[in-house]
Amino acid sequence: MKKLGIYIHIPFCVRKCFYCDFLSAPSDEETRERYVKSLCREIKQEARAYEQYQVDTIFFGGGTPSLLTAEQIQRIMDTVRGNYSLQSGKEEPEITMEVNPGTVTFEKLCGYKKAGINRLSIGLQSVRDEELKALGRIHTFEEFKDTWNFARKAGFSNINVDLMSALPGQSVENWRESLEKAAALGPEHISAYSLIVEEGTLFFDWYEEKTVTDEAHPPLPDEDKEREMYKLTEEFLKQYGYHRYEISNYAKEGKECRHNRRYWQRENYAGFGLGAASMVENVRWSNTRNLQQYLEANRKEDRQVLSEKEQMEEFMFLGLRLTKGVSTQNFYRQFGKEIESVYGQVLTELMEEKLLLKTEEAEETRYFLSPYGTDVSNYCMAQFLLD
Amino acid sequence: MAGIDQSKIRNFCIVAHIDHGKSTLADRIIEKTGLLTSREMQEQVLDNMDLERERGITIKAQAVRTVYRAKDGEEYIFNLIDTPGHVDFNYEVSRALAACDGAILVVDAAQGIEAQTLANVYLALDHDLEVFPVINKIDLPSAEPERVMEEIEDVIGLEAHDAPLISAKNGIGIEDVLEKVIEKIPAPSGSRDNPLQALIFDSLYDSYKGVIVFCRIMEGTVSKGTPIKMMATGAKAEVVEVGYFGAGQFIPCDELSAGMVGYITASIKNVKDTAVGDTVTNAEHPCEKPLPGYKKVNPMVYCGLYPADGSKYPDLRDALEKLQLNDASLFYEPETSVALGFGFRCGFLGLLHLEIIQERLEREYNLDLVTTAPGVIYKVHKTNGEVIDLTNPSNMPEPTEIEYMEEPVVNAEIMVTTEFIGSIMELCQERRGRYLGMEYMEETRALLKYELPLNEIIYDFFDALKSRSRGYASFDYDLKGYEQSELVKLDILINKEEVDALSFIVHKDSAYERGRKMCEKLKDEIPRHLFEIPIQAAVGGKIIARETVKAMRKDVLAKCYGGDITRKKKLLEKQKEGKKRMRQIGNVEIPQKAFMSVLKLDDRK
Repeated sequence: MKKLGIYIHIPFCVRKCFYCDFLSAPSDEETRERYVKSLCREIKQEARAYEQYQVDTIFFGGGTPSLLTAEQIQRIMDTVRGNYSLQSGKEEPEITMEVNPGTVTFEKLCGYKKAGINRLSIGLQSVRDEELKALGRIHTFEEFKDTWNFARKAGFSNINVDLMSALPGQSVENWRESLEKAAALGPEHISAYSLIVEEGTLFFDWYEEKTVTDEAHPPLPDEDKEREMYKLTEEFLKQYGYHRYEISNYAKEGKECRHNRRYWQRENYAGFGLGAASMVENVRWSNTRNLQQYLEANRKEDRQVLSEKEQMEEFMFLGLRLTKGVSTQNFYRQFGKEIESVYGQVLTELMEEKLLLKTEEAEETRYFLSPYGTDVSNYCMAQFLLD
Repeated sequence: MAGIDQSKIRNFCIVAHIDHGKSTLADRIIEKTGLLTSREMQEQVLDNMDLERERGITIKAQAVRTVYRAKDGEEYIFNLIDTPGHVDFNYEVSRALAACDGAILVVDAAQGIEAQTLANVYLALDHDLEVFPVINKIDLPSAEPERVMEEIEDVIGLEAHDAPLISAKNGIGIEDVLEKVIEKIPAPSGSRDNPLQALIFDSLYDSYKGVIVFCRIMEGTVSKGTPIKMMATGAKAEVVEVGYFGAGQFIPCDELSAGMVGYITASIKNVKDTAVGDTVTNAEHPCEKPLPGYKKVNPMVYCGLYPADGSKYPDLRDALEKLQLNDASLFYEPETSVALGFGFRCGFLGLLHLEIIQERLEREYNLDLVTTAPGVIYKVHKTNGEVIDLTNPSNMPEPTEIEYMEEPVVNAEIMVTTEFIGSIMELCQERRGRYLGMEYMEETRALLKYELPLNEIIYDFFDALKSRSRGYASFDYDLKGYEQSELVKLDILINKEEVDALSFIVHKDSAYERGRKMCEKLKDEIPRHLFEIPIQAAVGGKIIARETVKAMRKDVLAKCYGGDITRKKKLLEKQKEGKKRMRQIGNVEIPQKAFMSVLKLDDRK
């Protein structure tokens, strides 16, 4: 049976963080309830298209999914179970939910667990309260620890913690502190992003447009410092038993996020909820980003059938995000062509520039980014776009 | 038209310093004489090009014929010739003035006499025009008409106490001006019985009619079928149509006779045949002598123009060809650059002319251009006795082959309020100026006279002048001639490779300073690469300045999940696209705008 991942978007937040460019907004209880109803209707309606698929990962992302009650999550999960075939047997499906500190109680977490959630992703970002404040987060480190303890007590044995480096005014030492305190708790997975100042965020106004230059907005670390933090992350987390498997993701052995990995390996996923994106059998589409339109009709848009050229481009630039890189055998299986016949020149050039490395093991030849190639991954990935 | 009484014609122009209200007064005159209702008036009727309206300047000479019913009950024909208002077009101005019998001098009631006021007035007086002043902008709070009148009398020696006090903007005092035109400006002379002698003061290419020649008939008559000859260029043709100038349109008539201003068409294909200043005569009954003052106009400033997209080269060639149909002073010839590919070396009357052409190419022909640093024509005297005119720095001979070099020098007059004399003198000194003298206009203002090398004023001299005098200084210049000078070619090396499009010629004393600034500027413009890029300035192989673009340390998308893929891919595409728009020099990619940014090397920021 073919495999499918399901992404469920919950676009609600207590308030928007200053750096966030995801689709989310504050909401009231009534809107959230209407949204859940609409979401369940969509999940049910779409089910017919996936009769031949088995769902092996589900991911509740946001926004802040933990703004929904346990009962609402239960209802959504019941709808999925009632209409899709979930993976069964010795390996159970990975069902992740993003949780923000300050939005859950112990009881609520127990309810999520009961609904079937078996993996949590907790947004910590920093252990320093002044940094959290500068990011516009609604919680302190203490509040995070409460959430963490509740989660373990509720029986969650697979937890990710989100951290963010290159924050305004952050020193390398400050970052080490965040890494240390987070790793000391022993989560199974850590996502460590460098802050990217995205258009349409408050940070963009402050730092790119330079509309404000007061002490309230200390400067961002420069390129060199940012790279130092990045290097430190990998070395530091290694000591705690985490290995890097993607540009910004670290996990203990066997605890890589199965759902996220499918994006980079171009496996099928169906997205439900406002603005959610899907890609099934090389057809990509999105749901409307307009809440009213979604509530009324779960509108779909931007349908795009990916050409072979686009598939190959994505195969490369997504696959190279993974530490293990791309497999030449896999390329041949998918496209019926040797990778070298399409990308021979680029591969050679990037290897000459020491940006790309190659390994040949028994049955598999792989290309992957070198440490410097990872630093300048955009440059490398852009080379794989075909004219 | 034969019945027109010559004594009822007035041919005149308006002279003024920039922004003193020349075009506005012209508009009011046209409006008042009933050619257009104010509803039909568009600002600056005579400035046809969008560019002229936007910049508030006149680029081409224009003319308009209006009829004015005077207080004495008679009807007068006014031919108002609007002259270009910039030193780049001094020759065109002088020919337009020669087509007139008198001039209105407009002086701003608050600012008084400025450098161009003087230059233009002297030019008009040189052409024996009757000049009378009007004081404009009298409704400004800062207006001091009494003071300005005295200034005009003291400085220029024109009777000014009966000068009309007007506000062209608000239509105050316009009638006084019109009456004064009749009273002060003489009617044209010349006889319709003499052989044809007409002065060309401008021409325009029209795709239907061919060249439309703007002229003032000095002697004789011209009508449909007249065989004509241009006395300087020798071009011959048969007249197809004659007429006069309505507002923005050509109105055919039967005949033009001595004293009149109008146009001639004769299926002439190229404006080069109808050079400004040339004399049109009857090919069968020619006049004895051409009118005085004809000069072949030569470009003063040169630069390379390249299409940003190399494949647009034929489009650029076509566009230049079309522009030249209308602009005999535009010069171009193909050239190639290692850095920029195929393009043209173009010659202009001055920097404004250059900017206008560049803007028209970009706007009217939709071309993206890369411009190299503008330069002047240097004379290179080689050791073998040969003298070459150097317009492209890349063609400079080896130093060992050069005996000496000469550069063009101008006589400049700068009008400035006394408080800024110090800083303006400093500026002229920095620009290698030779002080010639200073005259006090009145207690608070002086006219500074300098000899300045042309290559020092073509970049940003005017901007620097304005910024160092808080906008008060005004400036005018005349080409004086060539002088020997210690010039060197400054080369720019990027990652050890010479970039020909960035080379330029500079006085040896300024080389270090300019080289340093170029390197700094380029360092900011060239994006980081995977490797370190040295940027060097060199003179004769010797490095005089250096900067380094550090190697790229980081270029990462921290996260990319299901919903991001399309967006992130666009980002990568943009990055790749951006690369395509760069110029490859060796293994360094240089953005187009780097070539432009080095043109403006402001001294003081």
